[in-house]
Amino acid sequence: MATSLEVRGLTVELPTPGGWVRPVNEVSFTLGEGETLGIVGESGSGKTMLSLALMGLEPHGARHAGEAWLSLRGAGNGDGGKNGGARNAARANLLTISQNEMRALRGREIAMIFQEPMTALNPVLRIGAQVEEAIRVHEPRAAESEIQRRALQALQRAALSDPARRARQYPHQLSGGLRQRVMIAMALAAGPGVLIADEPTTALDVTVQKQILELLAKLRRELQLSMLFITHDLGVVAQVAGRIAVMYAGRIVEEGPVAEVLRAPRHPYTEGLLRAAPRLTREKLVPIPGTVPSLDALPPGCAFAPRCPHRVAECDAAAPELRAVNKNHEARCILVR
Amino acid sequence: MPGEILLEARALSKSYSVSTGAFTQSARRALAVDGVSFALERGETLGIVGESGCGKTTLARMLMRLIEPDSGEILFRGEDWLGARGAKLRSLRRRMQMVFQDPIASLNPRLRVGSIVGEPLAIHEPQLSGEERVARTAEILEAVGLGRDAVTRYPHEFSGGQRQRIGIARALILRPELVIADEPVSALDVSVGAQILELLARLQREFSLTLMLISHSLPVVAQLASRVAVLQTGRIVEIGAAEQVLGAPQHPYTQALLAAVPEIPE
Ligand SMILES: Nc1ncnc2c1ncn2[C@@H]1O[C@H](COP(=O)(O)OP(=O)(O)OP(=O)(O)O)[C@@H](O)[C@H]1O
Ligand SMILES: Nc1ncnc2c1ncn2[C@@H]1O[C@H](COP(=O)(O)OP(=O)(O)OP(=O)(O)O)[C@@H](O)[C@H]1O
Ligand code: SF4
Ligand SMILES: [Mg+2]
Ligand SMILES: [Mg+2]
Repeated sequence: MATSLEVRGLTVELPTPGGWVRPVNEVSFTLGEGETLGIVGESGSGKTMLSLALMGLEPHGARHAGEAWLSLRGAGNGDGGKNGGARNAARANLLTISQNEMRALRGREIAMIFQEPMTALNPVLRIGAQVEEAIRVHEPRAAESEIQRRALQALQRAALSDPARRARQYPHQLSGGLRQRVMIAMALAAGPGVLIADEPTTALDVTVQKQILELLAKLRRELQLSMLFITHDLGVVAQVAGRIAVMYAGRIVEEGPVAEVLRAPRHPYTEGLLRAAPRLTREKLVPIPGTVPSLDALPPGCAFAPRCPHRVAECDAAAPELRAVNKNHEARCILVR
Repeated sequence: MPGEILLEARALSKSYSVSTGAFTQSARRALAVDGVSFALERGETLGIVGESGCGKTTLARMLMRLIEPDSGEILFRGEDWLGARGAKLRSLRRRMQMVFQDPIASLNPRLRVGSIVGEPLAIHEPQLSGEERVARTAEILEAVGLGRDAVTRYPHEFSGGQRQRIGIARALILRPELVIADEPVSALDVSVGAQILELLARLQREFSLTLMLISHSLPVVAQLASRVAVLQTGRIVEIGAAEQVLGAPQHPYTQALLAAVPEIPE
């Protein structure tokens, strides 16, 4: 499987009155072409910050380190950036390219959809005009009629009924589910190869969520999309992703095939999340004691140690490395031998 | 063994006016709750589920008498709750309390936690001495898993789950018979949500509470409810024992809701 996105040692730091904090800490993963990687983790674990860093949209004052190589669809197979430099015909390092280069890639090679579509849509512009704009930025010389045709096609692809009528409506005239379809249409309008979906269904009812998940699965197949799918819902990740990465306090603590990780988790945090998740059959929920540590007061060793039932002295000595469970599955815990 | 009926709703309805377009003056009324009837037995947990906008919060607010129904009746402890006035109203009101969805918005940020939680005592049990009030406040804070030292701190010093505990402590301090919890965990992470659900289950046993648990999430309701009512566009389309409604749903809408729940593989 060809690689779409390869992230190595991505760290994001933000300035706070008490000093720098690290919402994203040494994150590495590989996203294969046509693959969906689910990223799960509780509020504040760094999921959105990771996505924003990849999109070149971090908050003002942020600094970062590491590499994030995006394979460019528009290009043939070059040397894969191995000669150094921020960009060549085949790959671009999203963390080091210039703002202008990033703007050219955003939408065309990598795109993102957000949890709350209302904040990402312009409330005073008609839907059609917004989708057209997403195309126009990348094809300033295309004829207006061509752009309009492609915008309607994009809305149709997102399974909006009667796209011509929808194009004339304003965002507030649409339900949450329809707005999310518009966001998907916009994100995919310029034909990107990688889509980051940040909690795209969290604000929706389950029946609407089901439709959106089915739509994304269909588009992924048809367009050979590679997806980073961010959620805090383990059921959703089981449905959409092939692989899963679990984040805790800015780090990936477990990664592997989704079915294997959910059936046989190897990190106590993943295990805790599974036992705390309510299911349709009533079983005693086992809450994870305590709360997520604050980024300015992380424990010296394993960040999960204060909440971990298996903690021993070794856990507090140093932050554990990711250890291989097997060749596809790793966990950041000393219990993996 | 049919138990004592604590609360009974009879044909409750509530409509709101909705404007039909930005440029028209005309308004029509839309039914948010449409002829809802059910009875709540003492000691049971009734789960109310349904999608956004189906009328769950409107129903809860009517039961609490925070809004007036357009029509219908509510009997609480066998008495006409909607018609209660004066001393009767006060004595009934303290027996029914609500826990709100948003733990941040529902707590006054300028008050210390001790005042927030103890305030209902000052209103409903003014005969208590200052010392007694402090003791009751500390006792209930401990029951919900917050230390006694919480009394001197402000809401913003607590996490979302801890704030929800403060809301629960405030609801329980008067030792109510009925607690209506409207989406008590939907703003919380699973690990914290599980703590709150376990807390509600424990407090229900300890204080012999009758609980109405409102949630859009079937798995959440499944954890605590002994009976489940499914609300669709303001109407109860199915109500029955939890195992029955969740295990062998009869109404197509309940079936669709269940089929849409993304399940974690076993
Ligand atoms: N502008 C900022 N300045 C300082 N810290 C920030 C800023 N934005 C976010 N953070 C912190 O960075 C951490 C990661 O936040 P992030 O939004 O990535 O979490 P998340 O995993 O997406 O959570 P959620 O599930 O709530 O969306 C959090 O601790 C958050 O408080
Ligand atoms: N104050 C109000 N004025 C006008 N309409 C209202 C008002 N409150 C609620 N509604 C409408 O009544 C219907 C029911 O709303 P309600 O808040 O009871 O639903 P809900 O089931 O609690 O939804 P959610 O799951 O989103 O909390 C909705 O269509 C809503 O838009
Ligand atoms: S390293 Fe130690 S504290 Fe951390 S998760 Fe593993 S056992 Fe628990
Ligand atoms: Mg986020
Ligand atoms: Mg509500």
